[in-house]
Amino acid sequence: MVPILWYLLLAALLFAFGLVGVLIKRNALIVMMCVELMLNAANLTFLAFARQFGSNGGHAIAFFIIAVAAAEAAVGLAIIIAIYRTRGSVNMDEVRELRDEA
Amino acid sequence: MNELLTAERITFLVFAIPLVFTAGLVVVTKNPMHAAMALVAAFFFMAGIYVLLSAHLVAFLQILVYAGAVMVLFLFVIMLLSLGNEHLEREHYKGMQLLGVVGVVGMTIVLAMAIRDSVGPDVATVAPDFGTVKAVGRALFKDYLLPFEATSLLLLVAIVGAVVVAKEKI
Repeated sequence: MVPILWYLLLAALLFAFGLVGVLIKRNALIVMMCVELMLNAANLTFLAFARQFGSNGGHAIAFFIIAVAAAEAAVGLAIIIAIYRTRGSVNMDEVRELRDEA
Repeated sequence: MNELLTAERITFLVFAIPLVFTAGLVVVTKNPMHAAMALVAAFFFMAGIYVLLSAHLVAFLQILVYAGAVMVLFLFVIMLLSLGNEHLEREHYKGMQLLGVVGVVGMTIVLAMAIRDSVGPDVATVAPDFGTVKAVGRALFKDYLLPFEATSLLLLVAIVGAVVVAKEKI
């Protein structure tokens, strides 16, 4: 039997990887991939606890997370395409119109 | 030794070690195409971990929806934008970003310590149909019917939103 602890630690590690990617990457596409990684880590946590408590509820929530991730990817990639059309770049540092420059 | 390394634990490690490696590759690589390929591999290893947790349906969905649909969407966008070499990630990082990484490392250590100290109940013995389409479907349609229907609405809105945002003229 694999301890549930191992799954939780693995999920924490994957979440940390995703968060580091979101913080240091400047390519919007790779940032979105790192967000997907973080959502997957959350999924793993839900499934680990579902296994620990023997409940199918965690699986239902994982199902919803997958649906939300798909919707997020579709809309996010559409926004990236729109940004690329208007500026010819997907670098997040160059998209700063709404930033307070003071 | 036999207690520590059972067949199930070895299987876990067989999936977990490449999973961590490929997930790290997503963050380290500079080329979006390489990152996407590493992420596809990570999703496959993740599906293996899900099977170990007897989440058969979710493992299947993981491969169909994530490794299939979502990553194909990513690959299409990467090829559509056809970014040249000048768009590759620049190497120098700002101090704020490095500070953020230090914060993430600290957060992970705190998380790991909290996980280590937490004692839940022992792992439940589950019914043979745990995590199958039938069992999860029953949970979805009995206990989670409203969120399930809301999901269909969410997907519809996402489709319309994606078309509206990405299209030049409607």
